[in-house]
Amino acid sequence: MIEVIVFGIFAAVALAGAITMITAKNPVYSALGLLTTMFAMAVFYVLLDAHFVAAVQILVYAGAVMTLFLFVIMMIGVDKKEDTSESIPFQRGVTFVVALGLAAVIILAGQKAWVTGSDAFGSPDLVGTIETVADSLFGNWTIAFLSTVFLLTIAAVGTIALALFGPTAVHGADTEEGT
Amino acid sequence: MTVTVGWYMALAAVLFSMGAAGVLMRRNALVMFMSIELMLNSVNLTFIAAGNELGLVEGQVSALFIMVVAAAEVTVGLAILVAVFRRRATANVDALAEMKG
Repeated sequence: MIEVIVFGIFAAVALAGAITMITAKNPVYSALGLLTTMFAMAVFYVLLDAHFVAAVQILVYAGAVMTLFLFVIMMIGVDKKEDTSESIPFQRGVTFVVALGLAAVIILAGQKAWVTGSDAFGSPDLVGTIETVADSLFGNWTIAFLSTVFLLTIAAVGTIALALFGPTAVHGADTEEGT
Repeated sequence: MTVTVGWYMALAAVLFSMGAAGVLMRRNALVMFMSIELMLNSVNLTFIAAGNELGLVEGQVSALFIMVVAAAEVTVGLAILVAVFRRRATANVDALAEMKG
C-alpha cells in the first residue's frame, strides 16, 4: 500500500515537472522542471530495487547534466523570452493532438502485454547493488562498456574541438570578407 | 492494490509523449534538448521496470548505457549550441533557416 502512495505522489511530481518544462517561457524554469522530474525518476528506481542506477541518476543527470544545462542557459542569456508567434500555422494545436494520440496509442498497445515472458522466469528477486550491476557490466558486457569509453572520449574531444576551432575560425573568415 | 510494471510503463509512455511534444512545440534549442533528455529518461524507466519484473540485471545495465549516450549527446549538443550562439547570437531554431530550400 505504501508503494502505491509513493508511486502516486512521485508520478504527480514527475508529470508536474514535465509540464513545467514544456510550458515555461523562461529556460531556467524549464531546467528546474526537468530536474524535478529526474529526482522523481530516481525515487522510482529505488522503488524498483535499482539502487545503484538511482544514485547514478542523481549524480550524472541532476548533478552533471543539469548543471551543464544551467551553465549554458546563463551563458546564452536568460532574459530572452521565446517569441510565441507560430511560423507554421496551428503547430501547437496539432502537436498537442499528436502527443496525446502518441500516449494513447502506446498505452493501448502495451496494456495487454507490458512485459512478455515474466512467468517463465518466475521473476526472482533482484536488487541492483553495485556488485550485481558490476558483475554484469564487467562480465557479459565488457565490450559494450569499453566502447562507451571510446564514445565518451570522442565526445570530449569533439566538444573541445568545437569550442576551440569552430566559431572563432568562421568568425575570422567573416571579418576578412568584411561582413 | 500493488504497483505493477504496467503503471511504470504507462507513466513512462506519458512522459515520453510529453518529451516528444516539447521537441515539436518549442523553438528554443535548449528546451528541445531538455525534451530529448526527458524522452531518454522515460525509456530508462521502462528498461528498469521491465528488468525488475523479469529479474534480470540487464535492464539496469541498459539504463546505464543510455545514460552514457545521453551524457555524450548533451556535451556535443550543447557545444554546438554555444558555437551557434557565438556566431548568430540566438538559440531560436526558427532563426537558423539558411539551408531552407
